Amino acid sequence: MSERTIIPFGPQHPVLPEPIHLDLVVEDEKVVEAIPSIGFIHRGLERLVEKKDFIDFVYVAERICGICSFIHGLTYCMSIEELMKIDVPERAHYLRTIWSELSRIHSHLLWLGLTADSFGFESMFMQSWRLREYILDIIEETTGGRVIFGSAKIGGVRRDISPEKMAEIIKKLRGYQKDVRALFEELLKDETVKHRMKGVGLLSKEEAKSLGAVGPMLRASGVAQDIRMMGYASYAKIGFEPVVETGGDCFARCQVRARETDASFDMIYRCAEQMKEGSLDVKVTGFPNGEFFARSEQPRGEVIYYAKANGTKFLERMRVRTPTFANIPPLLSTLRGCQLADVPVIILTIDPCISCAER
Amino acid sequence: MGFLGISKTVLKNFVTGPVTERYPFVPKNYPAGARGKVDIDIAKCIFCGICQRKCPTAAIVVTKEPKVWEIDRLRCISCNYCVEVCPKKCLALNTKYSPCSAERYKDSFAPEKA
Repeated sequence: MSERTIIPFGPQHPVLPEPIHLDLVVEDEKVVEAIPSIGFIHRGLERLVEKKDFIDFVYVAERICGICSFIHGLTYCMSIEELMKIDVPERAHYLRTIWSELSRIHSHLLWLGLTADSFGFESMFMQSWRLREYILDIIEETTGGRVIFGSAKIGGVRRDISPEKMAEIIKKLRGYQKDVRALFEELLKDETVKHRMKGVGLLSKEEAKSLGAVGPMLRASGVAQDIRMMGYASYAKIGFEPVVETGGDCFARCQVRARETDASFDMIYRCAEQMKEGSLDVKVTGFPNGEFFARSEQPRGEVIYYAKANGTKFLERMRVRTPTFANIPPLLSTLRGCQLADVPVIILTIDPCISCAER
Repeated sequence: MGFLGISKTVLKNFVTGPVTERYPFVPKNYPAGARGKVDIDIAKCIFCGICQRKCPTAAIVVTKEPKVWEIDRLRCISCNYCVEVCPKKCLALNTKYSPCSAERYKDSFAPEKA
């Protein structure tokens, strides 16, 4: 048996956009075990709920993550709306779906760039971030913010998209969809990429279930589980089919994200077709009381918001279970037995968002 | 050609030129509705202080005597909440962002004395 060495990975590492530390126990070039330590960017946002009233907390919820910000705000709103028995207007549901899918597209394009960069595919990184910029422009035109949308509020949405604007956006998106599709095809057809990703970081269906994987990590292992199937916002009306692959390796995770991005474009078109004129929000009166778990699907997987209210304007407890946090145990399982050079690729294929995980 | 897939995109890029803008030499056009900085029409303001109470980051301070409306630009998150609640509609969001600075500073507005 060869000698064991511990190699620190992170918190500062070229492939990591955010700090996570892993102690990699290696035998020669083979990783035997990975020991994580998180907590570098804990900000105590859950505790802040005792100082910010329940309406202001939407802004805090949105700032939990810089990429899936809108869906964080949306899920928080969903939990409070359920507690207060607020019936959100139809149009607001459609707008929320459109913004959720736009944020999924921009998150997956960001992920594509970072992953390509992790194995040295620099030009792919540049191209995907160029396309992401166009999506960010659409987000800025419709919500006013590029990353922090700020358009979700309890009882509805803050802004509307006029039919003319919507038609213009759809026209633009149809063009971008072709480019995005071509870019993902280039990634998935590339021999070098296949060589780096096929059979790397295998996660079986049983392991994915027992370790509690979520999102593309779970669906790449052949489990058809997506919270959008529950039909929150307007997913039930536009018809939603989860994207499933059976490979269970890094390549399968790329395939899932590629197909999901494409499906997101189609969902936006369907929303635009079905959306009817109507009010955007309902007036919120009174204070929430009781407790509720709200769930929704982020680009990285399922997010759970637990809210406990006591009939005052401050919530008693707030708990957020983010997808990256749930994906760390499966990550450690996939790292066991891999080559040291494959570690960055495997970590990037779970699409880590550490700010989310630590809150 | 499994290994030259991206060459088409790269060649296209040579023809189309860079997509980046030469900011600050070329001024940036912000889309209508972009959330930049908060502007106030101080002549219309009645100093009711609703914006101060509703501001989620406590960036706005309204003093009634003497009449001063102050905003801490680095605290403001441009959420548009003050604009929505203003009863006299004297607040508005400019599409331009406030200039960057190394120090905290406050912008003060006071009505001109008649």
